[in-house]
Amino acid sequence: MIVTLAKRNLLHEPARLVVTLVGIAFSVVLIAVQAGLFLGFERMVSVVIDHIDADIIIMPKATENFDDVSILTGEERYRALGVPGVERVERLVVTGAEWRKPDGGSRSVMLLGSDPRTNTLVPWNILAEDARRLTTPGSVIVDTTYAEDLGVSKVGDVAQIEGQSARVVGFTSGIRSFTTVPYVFTALDQAQAYQGSTGDRVAYLLVSIKPGANLETVRADLAGRVPSAKVMALQDFRTQNFHYWLFTTGAGGALLVGVLIGLLVGCAVVGQTLFSTTKDHLPEFATLRALGAPATLIKKVILWQAAISGIAGYIAGGVLVAGVVFATQATAMSIVVTPWMAVGLFCATIVMCAVAALAAILKVNKIDPATVFAR
Amino acid sequence: MSARLAMEARNVSKTFGQGAREVRALSDVSLEVRRGELTLLMGPSGSGKTTLLSILGCILSASSGEVWVAGHPTAQLNPEGLAALRRRYLGFIFQSYNLFPTLTAAENVLLALKVRGIEGREADRLTAAALAEVGMSSKANAHPGTLSGGQQQRLAIARALAGDPAILLADEPTAALDTENGAAVMDILPGIAKKGDRAVLAVTHDPRTIRYADRVIEILDGRIVGDAPPGVSGAVSPVAGDHVVELRDAKGKSRHEHAGRGRKRRR
Repeated sequence: MIVTLAKRNLLHEPARLVVTLVGIAFSVVLIAVQAGLFLGFERMVSVVIDHIDADIIIMPKATENFDDVSILTGEERYRALGVPGVERVERLVVTGAEWRKPDGGSRSVMLLGSDPRTNTLVPWNILAEDARRLTTPGSVIVDTTYAEDLGVSKVGDVAQIEGQSARVVGFTSGIRSFTTVPYVFTALDQAQAYQGSTGDRVAYLLVSIKPGANLETVRADLAGRVPSAKVMALQDFRTQNFHYWLFTTGAGGALLVGVLIGLLVGCAVVGQTLFSTTKDHLPEFATLRALGAPATLIKKVILWQAAISGIAGYIAGGVLVAGVVFATQATAMSIVVTPWMAVGLFCATIVMCAVAALAAILKVNKIDPATVFAR
Repeated sequence: MSARLAMEARNVSKTFGQGAREVRALSDVSLEVRRGELTLLMGPSGSGKTTLLSILGCILSASSGEVWVAGHPTAQLNPEGLAALRRRYLGFIFQSYNLFPTLTAAENVLLALKVRGIEGREADRLTAAALAEVGMSSKANAHPGTLSGGQQQRLAIARALAGDPAILLADEPTAALDTENGAAVMDILPGIAKKGDRAVLAVTHDPRTIRYADRVIEILDGRIVGDAPPGVSGAVSPVAGDHVVELRDAKGKSRHEHAGRGRKRRR
């Protein structure tokens, strides 16, 4: 009966209910978009790191983020290979380069060069056989997002990188760079050829440890063996890279503030509506109290009103969010909503509505049942 | 407290406000309400009858004096304790019905049962019985807004009866009704008192209700000035045409009053 009463109280005034649901849905969309952008931001700045198959990463001391490239001295690889627990050490070239379009014009690109015979960093969102074509000298793979920008449209198009031939052998999809400088995949030796370097003078060394080896122990040993470089667990580097973009650009902070504003707006809208609904139904709550209802029963009615509003508002907001996610899928800054985020958003909505119900609950706490005789 | 006694008030006084604004609503009121009786509490507006009903109904606290409900003293109870007494022993009928407009007739009764901790099939059975007792079975799915005043008041009685409380308190149950509907409602109350062995106490200033009562308590200026069965010495009796009622106070002095208008002339 409590749920029925709560539901009927809400349905009693459809116009007010619609306003409430619009308010909650708006709040849900605002929070979801901000949080989705935040998640999308995190994924975007970590996109390459997330596709590296390694446990530990070695980089120059000055490196603060993945795209902030420096070059190792070249001694680190052999030293690392001698550390107990290290299974293999692969080289990764990350370097800026000039891309000259087939029909003229140029732009900056970020070259990612790794050994295509290993699986340390293989272009993804592409057919495997296309990725293997990188073993052919002078071949590159670019993302369809930047194809037009790079002046290429099909496999076989030939551009130039640092004055050397670069033949497009495949296209990835959805691999975007936060810095807007396109990633270009190529083989390690080809990248070094474009870069004009040789041997082990690369941006990163990617270390895989032997099965059963302790990650932190191996990392500490490596750090001792190559004191001129920074040695981090790959996941720690991912965090450092994310924090760099989060705190230095301010973009993440703005998104977090957006989430908080969404919560506040939702609280205000739901709170105002519940308060006025409660105020309208005060005589009924006073009657309930006069009939002997414990105060907790009346609070339950209000909390159910909040919960029902929250659930309905969440569903309405969820439909809108799904539309927004679909619409931004192919854009540079996609909104990411994971199942866990959807669950978290639902919980946040319910908590928001419960908090918003506090004012109404404080109001009913002051109900004088004697008013039933004064009507 | 005897087995027939449902409620008792001893030397109850109630004041509102303080200092120069102090209003004494009740002065040293003592009374007993017994099971199996329909007792009317009558008096002009402002005489303190609703205040007394509120105190007996554990809704308002007395400034001094003691009240027992079903043998339980109420003076030391906090608001939750008073609420527990209300839902266990008391049923209420209000002048304005105080029904829940968003619920159907049956749901209004079910809600009252829920308050009393009765749910499920037992609640459904009691709801059907309560609606049948007041002749409202056919309106079980109707919303209060679609019912006439008399039907709404009968529904309010069904709600009050649900859960079989020992005591029924009614505040001006016929005041909002026309003669026919008022009579229909009053026809129900004596049966509720006698068949259910309940104490029914109704506040009213409607002299048409006197003929239904087993006992009439008359209150004036916050004091009980009469307490006897209708038609006998010490009780009120209606006078045709002018609604003038003959009152006899505790000292046996007689007076007449224009019921419901607060005008009175002493003899």
